Amino acid sequence: MIKALLLANILLAAIWILATGTITQENFVFGFLISFGVLWVITPDRSRNDYFTIVPKLASFTVFLLYQIIKSNIQTLIASLYPKSKLSPAILKVPLTVETDGEITFFSHVLNITPGTLVIDVSDDKKALYVHVVHCEDKEAYIKELKEVFEKRVLELTR
Amino acid sequence: MNEIIVMILTTIGALFVLSTALAMVRKRDVYLRINVTTKTATLGLGLILGAAMFYFNEYSVTTRVLATIIFVGLTAPIGGHMLARAAYINKTEKWEGMKIDDLAGQYDPKKDILHSEDMNTKFEPPTDYDQPSTK
Repeated sequence: MIKALLLANILLAAIWILATGTITQENFVFGFLISFGVLWVITPDRSRNDYFTIVPKLASFTVFLLYQIIKSNIQTLIASLYPKSKLSPAILKVPLTVETDGEITFFSHVLNITPGTLVIDVSDDKKALYVHVVHCEDKEAYIKELKEVFEKRVLELTR
Repeated sequence: MNEIIVMILTTIGALFVLSTALAMVRKRDVYLRINVTTKTATLGLGLILGAAMFYFNEYSVTTRVLATIIFVGLTAPIGGHMLARAAYINKTEKWEGMKIDDLAGQYDPKKDILHSEDMNTKFEPPTDYDQPSTK
């Protein structure tokens, strides 16, 4: 159902581009949004369709990820400019709530792409993730923050 | 207006790349270096490519810039992860400032698996490892 609606959405956006006659990214995004609205109007029983909740969630997740990347990059830049800053790196074990391979890959990629955390390995029974962090003062609080900030949003997207 | 955006983006991007170079010199051990450098370099590269996008303001350039940013963002963190894992398995020296190490002793060298429960097994480096030890 999601795939069919996504295909219909892209097709409608392509028709919008053909109708307006200008091939630019902005026009494609605009056509995509318009056809998203059209599909939202014409679909009966929207509550049974995941598509109309996943697309806004994906957009908000991208914005959240960009914000996190920029914020923690600036923190890293400040930390590397001052040589006497006290760092306390650590390797933490983060127990996983996500289960499937795809979810674990997605979660660890999100952790890898935000500065300050680096996934070293996944345990073989897929229950824990070993994460190297740059600055960790309270172990339990850091693990809790990782789980609540990142894993909850990943779970919202995939389930 | 476009020129001002280009100037701001290239300056910030160059600053991030500079901080990457500084971190490469100043950090204490291999994990911190990998952790810091893969990410700031990616963001700096993305900002400079974004500046190129605004400078040329062309359809073909914009698509290529977006594709480059997406692929660098997909591959660079995976490279960092593989480097860190290889460094840990080869027992690279850790900085003594690293207080907590949950991964110590979790690798089972005989069965070649990684446990999630606390094991407290002694991990011994393989004997036929042909690089001479420094200590």
